[in-house]
Amino acid sequence: MKIRAFGTIATLALSLLPPSWALAQSVDGIVDRIKEKNTISIGYRDASIPFSYVDGKGQPLGYSTDICIQVAETVKKALNLPDLKIEWVPVNLQNRIPLVVNGTVDISCESAVNTVGRQSQVDFSSPFYISHTRLLVKSGSGISELGDLNGKSIALSINSVPERLIKALIEKDQLTIRIVPVKDNSEGFLALQTGRADAFSTDDILLFGLRNRAANPSEYEVVGKPLSYDSYGFLVQKNSTAFLTLVNATLARLSRDGELEKLYAKWFDPMGVPLSPDLATIFHVIAIPE
Amino acid sequence: MKYSWNWAVLISEPYLQWLGWGTLMTIVISLVSWAIALAIGTVVGTFHSTGNSRIRLFTSSYISVFRNIPLLLQMFLWFFVVPELVPDAIGTWLKRDLPHSEVVTAIVALGLFTASRVAVQVSAGIVALPRGQGMAAKAAGLSTAQAYRLVLLPQAFRLIVPPLTSEFLTIFKNSSIALTIGVFELTAQTQQIESFTYQGFEAFTAATVIYMSIALVVTMFMRQVERRTSIGNT
Repeated sequence: MKIRAFGTIATLALSLLPPSWALAQSVDGIVDRIKEKNTISIGYRDASIPFSYVDGKGQPLGYSTDICIQVAETVKKALNLPDLKIEWVPVNLQNRIPLVVNGTVDISCESAVNTVGRQSQVDFSSPFYISHTRLLVKSGSGISELGDLNGKSIALSINSVPERLIKALIEKDQLTIRIVPVKDNSEGFLALQTGRADAFSTDDILLFGLRNRAANPSEYEVVGKPLSYDSYGFLVQKNSTAFLTLVNATLARLSRDGELEKLYAKWFDPMGVPLSPDLATIFHVIAIPE
Repeated sequence: MKYSWNWAVLISEPYLQWLGWGTLMTIVISLVSWAIALAIGTVVGTFHSTGNSRIRLFTSSYISVFRNIPLLLQMFLWFFVVPELVPDAIGTWLKRDLPHSEVVTAIVALGLFTASRVAVQVSAGIVALPRGQGMAAKAAGLSTAQAYRLVLLPQAFRLIVPPLTSEFLTIFKNSSIALTIGVFELTAQTQQIESFTYQGFEAFTAATVIYMSIALVVTMFMRQVERRTSIGNT
């Protein structure tokens, strides 16, 4: 927890640098690349709903996508490139970090959780979303916290951040909870549905998504107090502070103008996910003045 | 590309231990599945080689079903669908009380899948023998079972050692599909190391070396088997 908090503080500290500093800097790989090609390449995902996904025509859309279109606007003004073009590059969980590292993608706009480990390869923007690890259970199961699962079983996706977290919590609280390892979220939901597991745990936003897609959503509920605070950031090549400052300045502006809250309502209200108090605070924190 | 290499991650704890457990799990799953595959494959293949059409109907169905459905799908069906089809009490036991249900399911699925392939080879080996062998065995007063056990199968197995070697090698590689139902074998552990350390290239290089070492050992072992069992000019 401490380490993650430090990561967030580090990101925030970077975002506190004034925007003029960005323009004074001349040596910045990403800025040079954008100027040279007159194009900014933005990474998107095909099914990270509602952050970044594609519509029926293959056009990227979503909460993160909308924010990055604003980032492109900021870059356009700051670098004085009136006919800057956007190149959309599809990325996935496996290749997003390599593509940012090798410069194919200038900024990956989707749903990447900021971790100290990842910061060894890429830099993160200010946070624009906070997700909590919570539990998805069958309605009326009587389970409302992790402790209620004592003697029962929980499905966890292999190699996910929540998997590590829940395992550590089980060890710390000395609970006897059987773990059902699953390949991905849909298999986790299947394990819950067929009764192989009594709960499935991952980021609450994904749990709400799974619940909404169920044949009968009222049979399932998202419960429990937040077990983690995972902040989402955009991925940017390391040591491109000038570009990163432009990204964070965009987030600050959107937040100050209340645009970020409107975007949140646009994408999350239809899913029935209210603005959490933590995220409301984050919006205030990233709204640094010009 | 600005990838920061760090080979030391492979020999640091707990990652070294994960690789070890993964390798052990891969070997255990593969060997137990191979035992099942050899046993069932030999029985099915032997019956398949007999001329009896009613028996062949049964053995052909077995071979078609298990050989033609992708292993990935078979694992999924055994793990998620079969417990829903059997009576509730058994289904609940499979899902809730069976210890290490994902490992057991993986072994059963991999064993039955490979058995269908072994059966085809055993059957082909028996059919490839000169017809006189079976007739001579009968003429010498052996029963059908004795003819198979003492004359036909020992010769057939000598013939099919090379294709069986390939099958034995394949089972180690196929065991990686067990990760789709949550078994932490070598490939899953490698992915786990990647997700913890972001040093994916190092982790996958290690897995490659381990898989190749297993393959080399198996190849050498099977070569020994081939040499020890060969008789004269077969």
